[in-house]
Amino acid sequence: MSQYLLSTYTVQDEVPGAPGTPEEMQTFMERVIALEAEMDATGTFVFGGALHGPDTATVVRVSDADVVMTDGPFAESKEHIAGFYVINADDLDAALAWAGKVADATNHPIEVRPFFATGRLADQVHEMPGT
Amino acid sequence: MTRIVATGGEATGVERVFREVYGQAVATLVRVFGDITLAEDAVQEAFVVASDRWRSDGIPPNPAGWIVTTARNRAIDDLRRSARGRELHEQLGATASRPNGTGAEHRSEDGPVSDDQLRLIFTCCHPALRTEHQVALTLRLLGGLSVDEVAHSFLVSESAMAKRLVRAKYKIRAAKIPYRVPARADLPERFRSVLSVVYLIYNTGLDDPERASLRREAIRLARALVELMPDEPEAAGLLALMLLSESRVPARTAGDALVLLRDQDRTRWDHTMIEEGHAIVRACIRRAQPGPFQLQAAIQAVHCDADSPEATDWPQIVALYDHLFSVMPTPVVALNRAIAIGEIEGPGAALSALDAIAADLDNYHLMHAARGTTLRRLGRRDAAMAAYERAAHLAATEADRRFLAQQIEELADDDDLHRPNGSTGPHNETSAR
Repeated sequence: MSQYLLSTYTVQDEVPGAPGTPEEMQTFMERVIALEAEMDATGTFVFGGALHGPDTATVVRVSDADVVMTDGPFAESKEHIAGFYVINADDLDAALAWAGKVADATNHPIEVRPFFATGRLADQVHEMPGT
Repeated sequence: MTRIVATGGEATGVERVFREVYGQAVATLVRVFGDITLAEDAVQEAFVVASDRWRSDGIPPNPAGWIVTTARNRAIDDLRRSARGRELHEQLGATASRPNGTGAEHRSEDGPVSDDQLRLIFTCCHPALRTEHQVALTLRLLGGLSVDEVAHSFLVSESAMAKRLVRAKYKIRAAKIPYRVPARADLPERFRSVLSVVYLIYNTGLDDPERASLRREAIRLARALVELMPDEPEAAGLLALMLLSESRVPARTAGDALVLLRDQDRTRWDHTMIEEGHAIVRACIRRAQPGPFQLQAAIQAVHCDADSPEATDWPQIVALYDHLFSVMPTPVVALNRAIAIGEIEGPGAALSALDAIAADLDNYHLMHAARGTTLRRLGRRDAAMAAYERAAHLAATEADRRFLAQQIEELADDDDLHRPNGSTGPHNETSAR
């Protein structure tokens, strides 16, 4: 079993294809709730969420032993991650099938990326290359 | 490192066998070990052993089985030596002992199975990989071309191609692109992408005489697909399409320039290939499950059936293009349909049909070449010249550019078409030929 990140993006603070009217929002929520129930029933759902926009982000870095904070996201970019699921899937075909369902339910394009490793590093160490 | 490929002249028997069994052996090893790089390395090592032994002892009765057994033993030795290998080995042990496994592990560990190649071609042509990676992987892993040969086919350096292959194989491993024939629901679409990759390989070979071997490779791959998926009439359609196109290759060029279908010396066509292509098309018609490749093959079959351009059954060709356009409504199909209409209804009708789709194909050299030819037939010399010049500017291959340069030269010499009063406006359609 592998884990995949299914993510979607905002473009200039807008989520393309987001529901506009209250009716659209209603059916959007029904579709997503049904999809997440299906993910739960098949042991697919690991975690998921929708994020506030990049203007709520703060970057923290250490400079000369001082913790320095900067307002804003990592990179000036038109596109920022808006929401994601982490799912369990047997292989890429299974992950792509779920991504298709998410894209269909949310009306957003979905990027599928395999995790190199998940969980706590201490549990992973024996699996890392070069060890 | 033993050099396997001869530096010139005919391939030796051993080299021919290598070429033939490479794809099968890699596919089988991928099934057993689940890792392309490991499979390739092991098969390469087995070839090194074989090139030594076979030259003195002769080629064994089952060379593919010999290579697979040797490669498999090498791979297991290599696996035992590395940490990643130990891990893979454990996983394999787990798969093999699982009672409800796929069954493949128990069937034939040592002999190549054709299903292995089918699984691997679906992996190589997976839509999650970009087309150029699909093509490179297919030629390398199934065609058995060396990295250098694949690089040469795509006019890139060996190191750039090696990098491309490494990246594609990395994605297959990291994202877990499966080695599997897709589920029935996804099969038609996935199979189409496999056929498109093979056809792209063929057309790359057609565009450039330097890369002619790609055409042979594509036809070989299509034959393998027909064998692997006998219930897919589109595979047969693709094979017929390529055979019928290939049959005309001897007449397709004169010197370095292209010769249009209507000007080709039809006695130079390869009639053995035409017969095979026709037989496949007839079998496809009997199956009555038409698809884009079968329809394109049927169109080529009608062309190849005629002793002269005039004897061509143009209404039949237009009908087939109509059918093709209904399942594959692309501007290029519309372009070919317009040209066929011109053969029946004359250049005026062809020009109207071409102008209707011109905007969609403004960057396609054949659109402008077709307009050039049609305008020339209508006697609109200046407009024809402009169209040919635009076509020549857009043409991608040397042969196309030479053909268009020749048209421009001929047009400049067309004395009977010289403008009567100093200006040939776009609506001056006099002296049509």
